[in-house]
Amino acid sequence: MTQVSVFPTPVLPGLRNLLSRYAESTMWLARYMERIENMARLIEVTGTSVHASNMDAGWDSVIRINADEDTFFLRHKVATERTVVEFYIIDPDNPDSIVSMARCVRENARVLRPLISTEMWMHLNVFTRWAMDLGPDDVGASYLSTLCTRLKQECQTHFGITEGTLYRDQAWLFYLLGKNLERADQITRVIDIKYHTLLPSGEGVGSDIDLSQWTSVLRSAAAYHAFRRVLPEGMTPANIVGFLLKNDGFPRSLSSSLRCVYSVLGSLAGEYRLRHCGPILERVEELRVTLAEQTVDDIILRGLHEYMDWIQRELRLIQNEIAGAFWPPVALQVAGNGRTQ
Amino acid sequence: MSDMKMAAKAAGLFATYDVPDFFCELLNRKDIPPAGLQQVRDRLACFDLAELRRRAAAVEAQFYRLGITFTVYSDREAIDRVLPFDVIPRVLTAPEWDHVERGVQQRVRAINLFLHDIYHERRILRDGVIPASLVLGNANYCQAMVGIDVPGGVYVHINGTDLVRDRDGRFLVLEDNARTPSGVSYVLEDRQMMLRLMPDLASGLDLRPVDEYGPRLHRALAEVAPAGVDDPQVVLLSPGIYNAAYFEHVFLAREMGIPLVEGRDLIVEDGRVYMCTVAGLQPVHSIYRRLNDDFLDPQVFNPDSLLGVPGLVDAYRRGNVTLANAIGTGVADDKAVYAYMPRIIRYYLDEEPILTNVETHICAEPEGLAYTLANLEHLVVKPVGESGGYGLLIGPHATQAELEDFRGRLRADPANYISQPVISLSVSPTLCPAGVEARHVDLRPFAVTGRDTWVLPGGLSRVALRKGSLVVNSSQGGGAKDTWVLAS
Repeated sequence: MTQVSVFPTPVLPGLRNLLSRYAESTMWLARYMERIENMARLIEVTGTSVHASNMDAGWDSVIRINADEDTFFLRHKVATERTVVEFYIIDPDNPDSIVSMARCVRENARVLRPLISTEMWMHLNVFTRWAMDLGPDDVGASYLSTLCTRLKQECQTHFGITEGTLYRDQAWLFYLLGKNLERADQITRVIDIKYHTLLPSGEGVGSDIDLSQWTSVLRSAAAYHAFRRVLPEGMTPANIVGFLLKNDGFPRSLSSSLRCVYSVLGSLAGEYRLRHCGPILERVEELRVTLAEQTVDDIILRGLHEYMDWIQRELRLIQNEIAGAFWPPVALQVAGNGRTQ
Repeated sequence: MSDMKMAAKAAGLFATYDVPDFFCELLNRKDIPPAGLQQVRDRLACFDLAELRRRAAAVEAQFYRLGITFTVYSDREAIDRVLPFDVIPRVLTAPEWDHVERGVQQRVRAINLFLHDIYHERRILRDGVIPASLVLGNANYCQAMVGIDVPGGVYVHINGTDLVRDRDGRFLVLEDNARTPSGVSYVLEDRQMMLRLMPDLASGLDLRPVDEYGPRLHRALAEVAPAGVDDPQVVLLSPGIYNAAYFEHVFLAREMGIPLVEGRDLIVEDGRVYMCTVAGLQPVHSIYRRLNDDFLDPQVFNPDSLLGVPGLVDAYRRGNVTLANAIGTGVADDKAVYAYMPRIIRYYLDEEPILTNVETHICAEPEGLAYTLANLEHLVVKPVGESGGYGLLIGPHATQAELEDFRGRLRADPANYISQPVISLSVSPTLCPAGVEARHVDLRPFAVTGRDTWVLPGGLSRVALRKGSLVVNSSQGGGAKDTWVLAS
């Protein structure tokens, strides 16, 4: 006779709930690796497009995308290739630089070492040591593209090893949360800043310069070829923005990232019966609805910048709510009667 | 390969090996070498020096990539160091190991009975076998432990016994490590590395495996969990990622499949210990702590400790959580108490010690003092107080004036000293910059005790890499060797 259980199997047999500190570190490990990859891509694309079009404005946009105007201009007078590249790759005092982020990756990887696969650790061990050691000799203009390619590939190797070896339990879900929240955040920043460079400025309308700018926007999100395939004739600012925000097939679009965040939170609430997911799920769902219900023209008409700004604020709230739900300060855990069993 | 060629090659690797008048683990057994050992020796002899060096370099690179390192802190930076590893294994025969294993088990049994006694009835003190002041006045004697019953009477769940071999190959106990002995991760990782990078040396040999350590330890820790808990949650408590031995903590947590926690992950509520998880607080029953007594609980010990867990000792006293090792075990591995260990074994077990101590003269006793004074120039004299290691006299290296000065000190405060002969530690062939040379080694077997005591076959063989040095500590130029125990 077949046994039919009324409830789905709650958890995998033998599962122990993930230590809060591990959950937090898993999320940040994924976020930092994603951030390093995006940073490397942005620098590489900026370097290439600036060379191609012989314009200076490109480097400035890297600073604006990262909202680092204050810290950057405290240290440097002008945004040139040299200053921006130094600031974002090798400056140990800039928390957004690749050496600083590699340090954070290393710390989180050390925390997670009992949990992650040996292959993951081994790669991160070697990668972070190399990245933390990057210096002025590594970032000359002629090596910049090679360096950025290696950085991207190291991150992608990490994502591949993780996909292939990390055990699928709560840790994997927190990892996915971190990775997709970071992607959502990055794509909205790129759109917010780069959109202005797509707009025609009087006599430049439809010229070659515009096209190469548009191409570079797509490339900085690794979206160029996917976009070409989907919309071979449709290279317009609105189409580009629409693709990056709303295309469900493109893995780095805002809608794809939000869909993943939503389904991961659903698994944590369902399969793993974790409490406190409800309000966070609602917040993510609201983001998805506003995105689905508006055409890109509506969004642009109502104010792209305001919308991107709002999404980024919501993403921060989601991050905070996840922290509050799964790694609250100890005093709150006790007060909140968070004990199980 | 013909016998002639083999012999020629053998001469190649060991040709310049200068077998000293010590017991050499591989090449001077002072007896007919056992068959298994002979085989290792012949295979090793077939390597040429360049090949051996290539393997050694590959091993070191692998250790570095794997992050099998200990951390040394300078002013600004954390530097990860690989524990130097020698690719020539140290080999023990089956009968040798049987002897060591039984000896270690006996010693652990006696240590646990001793600790129970001194925190309860104190029979051994009343019977005058060991001076009460030595135990009760010991810095590591822990008042908070008096009257506490620990599950199964086990105080020392993980024990490391430091052994050396003398000129005749006899095993002697140099020191007991009954607090938080470290180094076992190297035993397991070194074996992995040997099998991976020296497969031609090990293949087909019947070696006792070491990979049982994690499951054995986990089982023991579950066995000593508080009574009435069906599926105990075991955790490893580490000082955190900045601790020099963090790799070992990670390794053990992983081998046991348990969470590695820090003090801040644990919380005590109503005398019970919980860990903070994404699903809220979850009970913890057994803690393998790699934190010294002083740091465990700021409410009881060092109030400034941020590494510990407030209320942990209270939960422990109530029997709601097991700590491995127990608190206050340091009194059993104290230098002064060490001298009495043979008598402790006889007292509790009514057996002769299987593993003998290094011959030790207790200066608190008239005949010990007389012997020490008369033979001072041949002895090592150690103060037994809390200042362990400080104020040591090495007779053969001392001047007449120093000897005379020390005689005065001995007469003034004899109870503060023990003396031992200088031991000619055994050696093992080791890959050195100038070729394969003899270096002194020791051995630290690890014993795991739950319901019974299991000893990991082999243990950590540490090697003093500096020529002539007897100091095997990693901080002073020591390295490690894989320890092979032949199954038959």
